[in-house]
Amino acid sequence: MTVLATLVPLQAVAFGLVALGAPLVVLTRDPLRQALVNGVYGVSLVCLFVVLEAPDPALSMLVVSGIAYPLVLLAAIARVRGEARRRRRLGRARSRPDRSGRR
Amino acid sequence: MSYLPYAVAAWICLVGLAGVATSRNLVHLAVCLTVMQSSTYVLLLSVGYVAGGRAPIFKGAKPGAKAVDPVVQALTLTDVVVSVAVVALILALALDAHRLAGTVDPDGLADVHG
Amino acid sequence: MSRRGRLALLGPALLGLGALLGWGVAGLPAFGHYRGPYGFVLDRIVVPLRHTTNVVMGTTFDVRGVDTMGEEFILYAAVLGVTLLLRSGERGRPGRQAGERLGTDGLRLLGVTMVGGGVLVGLWLAAFGYVTPGGGFQGGALVAGTILLLYLVGGRSAYAPFLAEAALDPLESLGAGGYVVIGLAALASGLPFLTNLLGLGTPGSLVSGGSIAALNWASALAVTVALLTLFAEFLETYVVPLARADEA
Repeated sequence: MTVLATLVPLQAVAFGLVALGAPLVVLTRDPLRQALVNGVYGVSLVCLFVVLEAPDPALSMLVVSGIAYPLVLLAAIARVRGEARRRRRLGRARSRPDRSGRR
Repeated sequence: MSYLPYAVAAWICLVGLAGVATSRNLVHLAVCLTVMQSSTYVLLLSVGYVAGGRAPIFKGAKPGAKAVDPVVQALTLTDVVVSVAVVALILALALDAHRLAGTVDPDGLADVHG
Repeated sequence: MSRRGRLALLGPALLGLGALLGWGVAGLPAFGHYRGPYGFVLDRIVVPLRHTTNVVMGTTFDVRGVDTMGEEFILYAAVLGVTLLLRSGERGRPGRQAGERLGTDGLRLLGVTMVGGGVLVGLWLAAFGYVTPGGGFQGGALVAGTILLLYLVGGRSAYAPFLAEAALDPLESLGAGGYVVIGLAALASGLPFLTNLLGLGTPGSLVSGGSIAALNWASALAVTVALLTLFAEFLETYVVPLARADEA
């Protein structure tokens, strides 16, 4: 079964960038750096969507990966680090699970 | 060569899954989940692509011109926006677990008792 | 099972999944040789039938309108889950505003100008969604994201109107519920749910698509307010207490 190679070089480059970006995002273990790498990976996905003649998903992905994901991730990371710093500062006595009945 | 896009989608899915399984941090795990979600977008848009087709916007063009599949684009664009809220929910749960267990390591969560 | 045991199991599992995926995608038609008639039919008929030149939007809000309603309710439910989780937990009270006024006057001016421009671009994207690329989802997300810039340049006091739960909650319900009400209006006239009721107009202009325009705006409102609620919850619960703790 012979099929024509229908991949335009531009599309091949876009697919290659995305295939390269995904392991980079996963291999970045620090969440703060990973949020940044994820933003760049989102831009590479936008380029791929545009090259695949899909402007609407490209617009969605652009806004979401540029604004919404960084905010949500950075808020979570800031909170985790703030909590860790607070626990270290208050010492071992307060590092037990919080059961003050607030929930 | 013609199956490269699908191979890329499968590769991204496997990479994301490996990241989820080996993650030591719940926030890192959430981002690896988004990588897995992006593999579905790549697959959907690759399936719908027509060689030589244009974008399915017909302002100024005849409605019969060769265009790519609009259904997969509709699925992808709604999915992208909705996945933000789902990942936010996952992160909120992860931070709740962090508050209760004192750690964001998924392996450390197993010791939380009711 | 220990971590080492799980990792030892991961390798064969990934290989198995990879083989399954490879076998699956090998059965697809080659890239670019899209076979199915559904896409070609839609490309041909949506413009004459619904007068929307953006076939993707015509598909999203008319041909596959029920799917979009489901997606909007997923969004609504996820944001509902986040608000339930975060509002019942600890919440930092504003107190003194540490780190509020960011940077120089020039930076704040640039930020405020960008907010105005960004909101305008987002509204334009949402308004012309069914004519050119864009739509309620994209425009709504952009408006919500640009409004967030107000928090970065003006601090919490400038952003306070968008943190008020009393304003955001009813608007979100209006967006998600408005979609269903528009569909039910067709049902009340004896037609199937989500039938396109309003006049169709001329393709390529702002007055086209009938119900698609109304559904477009309903979903734009729903997405904007849902994302604003999400951002507000995250900022109030996770970021504001840190600012307070830094000054304590």
